[in-house]
Amino acid sequence: MLELTGVTKTFFPHTVNERVALRSVDLTLTEGDFVTVIGSNGAGKSTLLNVVAGRHVPEQGMVRLDGHDVTKQPEYKRARIVARVFQDPMAGTAPHLTIEENLAVATVRGRGGGLGLAVTRRRRERFREELTTLELGLEDRLTTVVGMLSGGQRQALSLLMATFLEPRILLLDEHTAALDPARAELISRLTTAAVERHHLTALMVTHNMKQALDMGNRLIMMHDGEIILDVDSAAKEGMTPQTLLDEFSRIKGAVLSDRTLLQD
Amino acid sequence: MIIALELGLLYAIMALGVYLTYRVLDFPDLTVDGSFTTGASVAAVMIIAGVHPILASLAAVVAGMAAGTVTGLLHTAGRINPLLAGILTQIALYSINLRIMGKANLPLLRQTTIFTPLRENDLIGTWVSVGILALLVTVVMLVLDWFLATDIGVALRATGDNEPMARSQGISTERVKVYGLAISNGLVGGCGALVAQFQGFADISMGIGLIVAGLASVIVGQAIFGSRTVWIATLAVVLGSVIYRGVIQVALNVGFNPNDMKLISAVLVVVAMVLPRWAPLRHWRSKRRARRDASVAGEVAV
Repeated sequence: MLELTGVTKTFFPHTVNERVALRSVDLTLTEGDFVTVIGSNGAGKSTLLNVVAGRHVPEQGMVRLDGHDVTKQPEYKRARIVARVFQDPMAGTAPHLTIEENLAVATVRGRGGGLGLAVTRRRRERFREELTTLELGLEDRLTTVVGMLSGGQRQALSLLMATFLEPRILLLDEHTAALDPARAELISRLTTAAVERHHLTALMVTHNMKQALDMGNRLIMMHDGEIILDVDSAAKEGMTPQTLLDEFSRIKGAVLSDRTLLQD
Repeated sequence: MIIALELGLLYAIMALGVYLTYRVLDFPDLTVDGSFTTGASVAAVMIIAGVHPILASLAAVVAGMAAGTVTGLLHTAGRINPLLAGILTQIALYSINLRIMGKANLPLLRQTTIFTPLRENDLIGTWVSVGILALLVTVVMLVLDWFLATDIGVALRATGDNEPMARSQGISTERVKVYGLAISNGLVGGCGALVAQFQGFADISMGIGLIVAGLASVIVGQAIFGSRTVWIATLAVVLGSVIYRGVIQVALNVGFNPNDMKLISAVLVVVAMVLPRWAPLRHWRSKRRARRDASVAGEVAV
């Protein structure tokens, strides 16, 4: 359902700062896949998500969603089928709008609203119901301005806004990294619950190896703009962060020695 | 002081337009100085040509919306910085306004305007005219409140509040900004038409520095009355406009001359922006807020 073929993205091309973020990446996700993405800084994980979301347009290659070529479709048009939660808990919500107004924005996601009231009694009912699943008591604070919420609460709300309309693809960009362990745990739990409840297909970037192994049914490792390891659910079962690290040094060593050989 | 009330209410319509761009969209739009005069000139020329004053005023709204759309497109399609986009439209409008009017000043004294019924019955400068203007402004304010509560209105507010979030939620932020600028300048153009009819002439210089009056209304009003919800914010803008005209009237009464008013306006805006950040005042306000929050302390953070 999501298909990337030969996707290459370079930042600052033809300058001294030129940096290849993605090198001819191929990746196919099937319905219901929950893929975790790991890799060191600058490996291209975030760029991968940005290409899927439409924030970055790759120079080469094609992005297809449900068989449609969306490579050049702008982000806001793709939002109906691609939803996203960012690392920064402040990034996914509008601070001066109330909880119910933020949810109203998510309700008309990608359809564009008209001149009907954003918060109707029927919508409010639905918001209350959806917020109950977070178990944070936010259902009783619909008219609270989002800026008054804690980082954890805002991230939970962002997650709800991204998932309750059942997007075709859910993108999670280190969405628990900026939270303390207890809240990160909560958001991870809510993420798994939401993905299961709505049968979502998801791509989750994380720095946390344990999280990458615990969550999802498939794991990919990126390095230097390439996918260097693709582990399915069965193989993932027996792995620990240590085996993952060993695997990484082994492949990275191999990749590096290949390059060295090529240069000779 | 009734004159200050009348002018404050009249100019409140322009201030609501400034609120929409400056506060809601976070877009400091300087088109205002030009689009105000555009509204006034369009209405004046049409009234002199015999068009019904209400129709002429509506045409002024449309002209203002066109001006706002130009600024919006300069910024979104042309990727020009907001301040510069506004200034460019404003300067271009100076020439266009002269073209519309044909000369620098168009008197409307013997024409039938929407204020003629009031003037003929000697009701200008009385509580009757204040009441009628208050009613008019209330209607405009409520329509704006309603608009900002619709799906498009909330999209506009989300765009001004957190643009990347709005885009990731599927809002075409560029289109929404053009809408916002068009509506804002429509209000400003309509206000120009009303002011021209009220004072009995349209003049090429009537919009100069007007953005400062608009900002003063928004900033002073919201510094005093707050902006917790949309309807409090818009009401604060209207009251801010009245307060601003009151201050100007007082300054005139104590002997400043009308040419000093631009300086006084600018100083007023600076004071209203800097004073709330002044440490002792901030301290006092945060203490007051803490006391208020203590009563809602039952809510536990996650």
